[in-house]
Amino acid sequence: MASHGIEIKGLYKIFGPRGRDHVEAVKNGLSKAELNERYGHVLGLKDINISMPAGGITVVMGLSGSGKSTLIRHINRLIEPTYGELIYDGVNICGMNERALREFRRHKTAMVFQKFALLPHRTVIENTVYGLDIQGISRSESTKKAKYWIERVGLSGFENHYPNQLSGGMQQRVGLARALTNDADILLMDEAYSALDPLIRVDMQSVLLDLQAELKKTVVFITHDLDEALRLGDKIAILRDGQVVQQGTGQEIVLSPADDYITAFVKEVNRSRVIQAKTVMKPFDGQAEGVRIGATTTLESAAKTMTENGQTKATITDDAGTPIGTLDLQTMIAAMVTPAGSETSKMAAE
Amino acid sequence: MAICEYLPRALCRFPAISDSYIRQARQVIDEGFKGIVREYGSIIDIVVRPLQLFLNYLERLFTTSPWTVVLIVMLLVVYFGSRSIRITIGTAIGMVLIGVVGLWEDTMTTLAIVTVSTLIAIIIGLPIGILMARSDRIQGVINPILDVMQTMPSFVYLIPVVVIFGIGKVPGLIAVVIYAVPPMIRLTNLGIRLVDKEVLEAADAFGSSPGQKLWNVQMPLALPTIMAGINQTIMMSLAMVVVASMVGVGGLGRNTLQAINNQFFTFGFLNGFALVAIAIIFDRTSQAFGKRLQRHSEVVHG
Repeated sequence: MASHGIEIKGLYKIFGPRGRDHVEAVKNGLSKAELNERYGHVLGLKDINISMPAGGITVVMGLSGSGKSTLIRHINRLIEPTYGELIYDGVNICGMNERALREFRRHKTAMVFQKFALLPHRTVIENTVYGLDIQGISRSESTKKAKYWIERVGLSGFENHYPNQLSGGMQQRVGLARALTNDADILLMDEAYSALDPLIRVDMQSVLLDLQAELKKTVVFITHDLDEALRLGDKIAILRDGQVVQQGTGQEIVLSPADDYITAFVKEVNRSRVIQAKTVMKPFDGQAEGVRIGATTTLESAAKTMTENGQTKATITDDAGTPIGTLDLQTMIAAMVTPAGSETSKMAAE
Repeated sequence: MAICEYLPRALCRFPAISDSYIRQARQVIDEGFKGIVREYGSIIDIVVRPLQLFLNYLERLFTTSPWTVVLIVMLLVVYFGSRSIRITIGTAIGMVLIGVVGLWEDTMTTLAIVTVSTLIAIIIGLPIGILMARSDRIQGVINPILDVMQTMPSFVYLIPVVVIFGIGKVPGLIAVVIYAVPPMIRLTNLGIRLVDKEVLEAADAFGSSPGQKLWNVQMPLALPTIMAGINQTIMMSLAMVVVASMVGVGGLGRNTLQAINNQFFTFGFLNGFALVAIAIIFDRTSQAFGKRLQRHSEVVHG
């Protein structure tokens, strides 16, 4: 099944009985506070434009109240948009009638929830087949698929346990297996790992990355954790007060934060895990010295390779193996530590 | 009161409508009501006919079967419902004592009417409770009706029941159902409304239709509360069979009524204890059954 991207165009959400009437005013500059004070309506999302790439992980990041959970619920319309368009495979999701929407949810989307939202009266395997039950697929067929995915998320042997008998991490594996068994193109993950312990969270991130390398679904991942966003996201959109503050790759956000808010966010980030070799390399001068390192390798793993080989220089190669640049330890370390220039802007943000 | 001397009459004694007006109004309403009943009497008979047949059938089945058969069936039901030896033994002892004091047949009659009225209360209460949970407007309409049903003295609504259906078992049954159905409705409504919003959202996200949501998520998760409703309904039917004996329901209730009228102290208490025994059997069995349905929620990860 070929993946399709999701195009969000000019999306507004205003909570309240007459939200639609206030879109124009918000467009003309009515602020969130004014809207609330004067009309008792809450501005949830304002002019969201995000293009979520097909077969990639788009991370929407923001703190609580930033509207990120509201945004993800627009993609399968658990929340009705006030204004704007969401295009998937050439169809505007906002224009679907009830029937079409149900079919869209059944076959095109699957969702993983922060608090797992498993059915407590059903066993692991019965929870996993839930999406297929809804589609009307026979248990004999759905159980086969479910067993496969339960094994893939590492829960073999727990098929007949009830959710209450499992730890949080295991419950979320069930949530993930349930979503994957649905075999849908879009995978929506609403703070899926936020309720888990740090170690288990990293573990689950690896599970997702491994599966994604093979499945190439269009994943939308919501988180409030920048490290998680940088690790998972092919593309990251940062939300604040219902507006997109910046979107781009993790590298773009770390290297050129759009404003003080994001600067303050990224200052604690381990830059060596985000910045890629090709970003800081010097153009190739004809001399292939030291170890050969792929262009998209992060500085951290590049440094590891170099020290293991006892080298201070490396040659950066593209996918085909052709040298395209060189890198030395000096440059790498300079890129890893926060540049002096951003130090001042960091102060300003505080 | 001395203060009345200084007040206008209307502020002191409540200015009621004159008696003759009220008498007239009463006459008109009563006559109209009886007229309607006379007009549609045959239709009412047809409607309640299946009830009558079902009740008669069950009563005959219970009273004419050998007591050994009834007792064995009863013990099997209790055991497979509760999976508890203790409750089963308790049931055996209770039923044997009832038989020994000579109340077996009356108890069977009472069991029949309680069984039928509970079934009817579930059949009526469940869908109404589901409807109420679906819409706040329906809840707003039904809630005050239930309030009236529960607070109105049961003797009062025996009056229209008797006017419409006459004296007999079926009117008694209907009175019992009116009394016993509110907890069923309320607890079904409550159970469905208390279902975790997150799980419902998940059901929506996977594209459940409203029916799929009801049967896969709402009903199973509301089941403990619904079971509590059924339990309450059984208890209230048992309490009401005594009152219903005033309109011709037989069994333990009628014995109690006779005992009140004739001041048969011992006889009254024997019948009372028989009712208590049945109530405890029903209660423990249905509770143990409800608990067994909820096994999945007991084992918590530590």
